[in-house]
Amino acid sequence: MTRRARLWVLAAGLLGTAALFAAACLRMPPFGGTWHPYGDRAVAAAIAQRTANTVSSVNFDQRALDTLGEESILFAAVLGTVVLLRRTPDERRVAPQPASVPPALRRYAITVLPLALLIGLYVVAHGQLSPGGGFQGGVVVATALHLLYIGVDHRALERVRPVGLYELADGVGEGAYVVLGAAGLLAGSAYLANTLPHGTFNTLASGGTVPLLNAAVGMEVASAVVVLLARFLAQALEIVDEKTVDEKEEKEKE
Amino acid sequence: MREALDDTLVAASLLLVAAAATAAALTRDPARQAVVLSLLALALALALLFTVLQAPDVALSQLAVGSAVTPLMILLTVRRVRRRRRRE
Repeated sequence: MTRRARLWVLAAGLLGTAALFAAACLRMPPFGGTWHPYGDRAVAAAIAQRTANTVSSVNFDQRALDTLGEESILFAAVLGTVVLLRRTPDERRVAPQPASVPPALRRYAITVLPLALLIGLYVVAHGQLSPGGGFQGGVVVATALHLLYIGVDHRALERVRPVGLYELADGVGEGAYVVLGAAGLLAGSAYLANTLPHGTFNTLASGGTVPLLNAAVGMEVASAVVVLLARFLAQALEIVDEKTVDEKEEKEKE
Repeated sequence: MREALDDTLVAASLLLVAAAATAAALTRDPARQAVVLSLLALALALALLFTVLQAPDVALSQLAVGSAVTPLMILLTVRRVRRRRRRE
């Protein structure tokens, strides 16, 4: 396509989007008003299902199928990364070198790591009660583990992070969500229906399947981020072209 | 009074997001872009905006992904690309 034709296509796309956006904005309710038809119904449904955090109720109960889609997007994206960033035949893996880290940074990372890990698990476990849930907590858990890379070095991270195990956990988390959905089907209503006892409002044991789905998503997201970053770390620190290694060895011989 | 305060907070956070995003787009060096803007300005500004708009769930996601995972991925990519370019 010539540059001119491409600009025409871009202009047509931009104009179309602008027209649709303007038309949509004209019919939207005013910003910050008191009229929230969807919100009112969602809150009523969340309270009926004994889920204190309405957002979690929407994500993992009322629209749980949408979340299955989102979880699968992350799963597929990580799968794609694993394939794309694999070691090719003309590349070689070299052992990462120990790195020196300022002592203050090391102390900070080692102190914050368990705290961040605990906060991440708390956020996963309290998704039905307070802001957060499987996704947010899962990312925090994965980030916490990578404080080892920042505070010590890549070798220390690799020692506590067997990637194969996290790849397995990624698949198990994704599978658990699908199976929990099927449980709703077996219990006689619909796929991903909240068929468990709803429990006592505003306690840990509430929301029926919401905390279980949160746990599945937390497991999937934490493992997905760990696997994703493991691939990026390997590319940046460990995998080199055969040529580089040969050149280095030749230099050492000289 | 309270509504005026709410509006001011929303407007201020929106301006902050716009300023941070413009600065992120204008920074051409990817490494600097990742560290200074995702970490310090844009991620926090967006998290602040979502909090002010009473969406703490979204703010938490933004903070977790935008302030740690995204910059780390950009920095690792930059490191890999630079190493290859230096050799050529």
